[in-house]
Amino acid sequence: MPPVPTTDRNLAHRPAPGTGSGVPVGGGGARGGGARTGSGARVPWRARVPWRSRVGWGVAVALPLVFLATFFVWPVVEIVGRGFVDDGRLDLSGFGDVFSRPRTWRVVGQTLAQAALGTLGAVLLGVPGAYLLYRCRFPGRGALRAFVTVPFVLPTVVVGVAFRSLLVDGGLLGGLGLDGTFTAIVLALVFFNYAVVVRTVGGMWERLDPRTEQAARALGASPWRVLRTVTLPALGPAVASAASLVFLFCATAFGTVLVLGGRRYGTVETEIWIQTTQFLDLRAAAVLSVVQLVVVVAALTAAGRARARTERALTLGGPAATARPVRLREPLDAVAVVVTAVTVAGLLAAPLVNLVVRSLRTPRGWGLDNYAALAVPQDTLAVSAWQAAGTSVRTAVDATTIALVVGGLVALVVSRRPRRTSARRAVAGLDALFMLPLGVSAVTVGFGFLVSMHAPLGLPVDLRTSPVLVAVAQAVVAVPLVVRTVLPVLRAIDPRQREVAATLGAPPGRVLRTVDLVVALRAVGLALGFAFAASLGEFGATSFLARPQDPTLPVVIFRLLGRPGAENYGAALAASVLLAALTAGIVAVCERLRRPGIGGAW
Amino acid sequence: MATPSPRTTRRAARAAVAGSALAALSALTACSAVGGPTADGTSTGGGTVTLVTHESFALSDGLLAQFEDETGLTVQVVQQADAGALVNQLVLTKDAPLGDLVYGIDNAFASRALDEGVVVPADVSAPAAQDAAAYTVPGDDDGALTAVDLGDVCLNVDAVWFADQGVPEPTTLESLLDPAYRDLVVVPDPVTSSPGLAFLLATVGAFGEDGWVDYWAGLRDNGLKVADGWSEAYYTDFTGGGGDGPRPVVLSYASSPPFTVPEGGDEPTTRALLDTCFRQVEYAGVLAGAANPSGAALLLDFLLSDDVQADIPGSMYMYPVSSAVELPEEWARWAPLADEPFEVAPADIAENREQWLATWSDTVIG
Repeated sequence: MPPVPTTDRNLAHRPAPGTGSGVPVGGGGARGGGARTGSGARVPWRARVPWRSRVGWGVAVALPLVFLATFFVWPVVEIVGRGFVDDGRLDLSGFGDVFSRPRTWRVVGQTLAQAALGTLGAVLLGVPGAYLLYRCRFPGRGALRAFVTVPFVLPTVVVGVAFRSLLVDGGLLGGLGLDGTFTAIVLALVFFNYAVVVRTVGGMWERLDPRTEQAARALGASPWRVLRTVTLPALGPAVASAASLVFLFCATAFGTVLVLGGRRYGTVETEIWIQTTQFLDLRAAAVLSVVQLVVVVAALTAAGRARARTERALTLGGPAATARPVRLREPLDAVAVVVTAVTVAGLLAAPLVNLVVRSLRTPRGWGLDNYAALAVPQDTLAVSAWQAAGTSVRTAVDATTIALVVGGLVALVVSRRPRRTSARRAVAGLDALFMLPLGVSAVTVGFGFLVSMHAPLGLPVDLRTSPVLVAVAQAVVAVPLVVRTVLPVLRAIDPRQREVAATLGAPPGRVLRTVDLVVALRAVGLALGFAFAASLGEFGATSFLARPQDPTLPVVIFRLLGRPGAENYGAALAASVLLAALTAGIVAVCERLRRPGIGGAW
Repeated sequence: MATPSPRTTRRAARAAVAGSALAALSALTACSAVGGPTADGTSTGGGTVTLVTHESFALSDGLLAQFEDETGLTVQVVQQADAGALVNQLVLTKDAPLGDLVYGIDNAFASRALDEGVVVPADVSAPAAQDAAAYTVPGDDDGALTAVDLGDVCLNVDAVWFADQGVPEPTTLESLLDPAYRDLVVVPDPVTSSPGLAFLLATVGAFGEDGWVDYWAGLRDNGLKVADGWSEAYYTDFTGGGGDGPRPVVLSYASSPPFTVPEGGDEPTTRALLDTCFRQVEYAGVLAGAANPSGAALLLDFLLSDDVQADIPGSMYMYPVSSAVELPEEWARWAPLADEPFEVAPADIAENREQWLATWSDTVIG
């Protein structure tokens, strides 16, 4: 690849002088096999790590580990352990029992099928969406980016209303006969997770140096060929990252599955939920938790391999440099526009518009009555929906702060590529470990909290009924999202940049600050939006926690939908629209953090 | 890179902007949930009493404050999303209870709570205790569970739909097997919903150990729809719940019809079929190992006081156990309780619940 004149935006990420081209180069040796040698060999800056730096790295590793061990591993081990210990003795007979039930095998099969199809759908639709929303410029792009994130946070009970009232007999799309089918579940999984692919892949795509593609085009390659041989391979790690996230979300979806398909399409997750909450059959639940863990670890390993195969240092630019206007004449743009338009209008907007329309319907005809009702305390709920929204946002601020600190540290540590094999394995293990909270049943974690958090770490504080635990539980789920968003960007830093900085005399702290931090901050807007959204949407164990007085918005919606009466129904729908608007607003603000003019090229 | 270039400083400045934006966001939202105002910790006069309950618990504004004023206690309410899971959570946390008093254990789970020793007897002095005694769980001789309210889970029909279609409304469980009612019925899944379980128990009570499975097979063959929970069934599948669904027969409560009186109308558009009901009784009890058992007993007394009993219909859609308080007018008119609801002994429920649910799943879900 011939060197291309650099634009100033790419200056910071140009490979060190003398290394030749601007195309992907070494540094990916970490897990990519011997073909690309770790370029650290020439400047052994790690050989003389000063003690302060060692302490720093120690803290960077220890803090997240303690967090994860306390708020995830310990509760899970505690509750799963109860299923395998009978009268103080280890009892593994549950395995035989559970595996001899034909239902178990069916459930495992359905879990894999739903998760695989949901992931496939989200990736196939999401990659063109990522291109359009992050590589192209068009009016309303910011709004559209925020909009596609909305489904990600909607409580399942609301999605149930939004989706099912369309699909049910006599609904707008009732003629499709999809209500209560496997297809409906898969569509809903894609609906939820589309944004995960768009944002994860888009975050990488907008920073890919376009000059590589331009050069390939100049050399005569067709747009498709450029896409296939240059762009998609470069996006490989981001696609693998996104796919692994989506797979975990799909494999552990339980509300969606139950609301849209019912128990006929039960998965390992719904089965764990039933065995734990309804039957308190901890033995069966523990076995199923192990099954789930095996599936998840296998999926993570596969994703990790796929990532490692494709991961390498890339030349990254600022988003402003790579975006260009949509050109419908270009076949790629046309395909992206069509696919995205159909997805956004048909899959995302239809249920959401349905929700908005229904929220405007009142017993007296069309109007804003339901919204007016949000300002006053709902009947007997003691708080108004607005107050609940405030509680939601406050909790989300806590959760997001925790997630950014913990996730940021994990991403930083995992982005290193140590030369010793054992250290490399440890880094890879750390990466996978922090993904587990997405793949382990929320019920298991939630019930685990119940049996472990009455005296966390031996301290005499009962966290189980404290609002702190709600934020922590949300953070546990948000951490992997932060890691997955920040890591691809950090990993794409050419290690030689750090070496150059070090050679020129920068102390390690300074290298971190001027190289890693600067690049990482570029992904912070994305990570922030993600973490906030996950927290507002109350994923994971949160829904199984005992609630202290101040309810959050999803809880209020849930309570309103549990009451009869058109007013309550209307208010629940209006509150759902409020939640959606709140999310879109916050995500849009986070996006702005990175816009040129405010965030610029950092 | 080692010497700070103008670019690096600018980037650092932008990083600072991002940081301060974050900080500003936190400031905007009044710090955080932890730092923000919380319900507890405002007054600590006579200690705290913690009520563990389900998501449907609610009392009119000021009632709990009144209790706090009278007793000097601070009440903390801890709510759990799933009523069915409540007892299981209490069983799991027996050694370190979540609070002092539990409210919301129903008769389908009462025996289980007693067998597991989750609750302990308490002295109740409120006059309504006499009324509550009528609902004592058999075998609970010491009174560990005290009935607070009750309700009937019944099929509801959309009277307007039936009138429009010129089809006579069904009246009994058996009538739903009539082909005239094909594809018209929706019920929540008894495994995932507590009213759903109550309806399964109604059929066990109605058709006996030997007959209920055949009844459900008949319902299934007549186009029964099973929804995940009450909300889905009532608001999405039911024609009369406000969501314009396709089915005019839904499982709900005897107390639901008054909520369907249209604006300006004078009678509800839906009706409960009182020959299809199962009675749900909700109990409260002092938790074993409670940190504040005397406070819990006071709170239990308060739940049986006339003020709370009179508030229950309006705030929790259940009927008070107390015979001393009057029902709201529209309840007396439109939401009478069933004369003879179907019954199943709590001990039978405790013994067979899981088997019944498994059989039900095999029969209806497949």
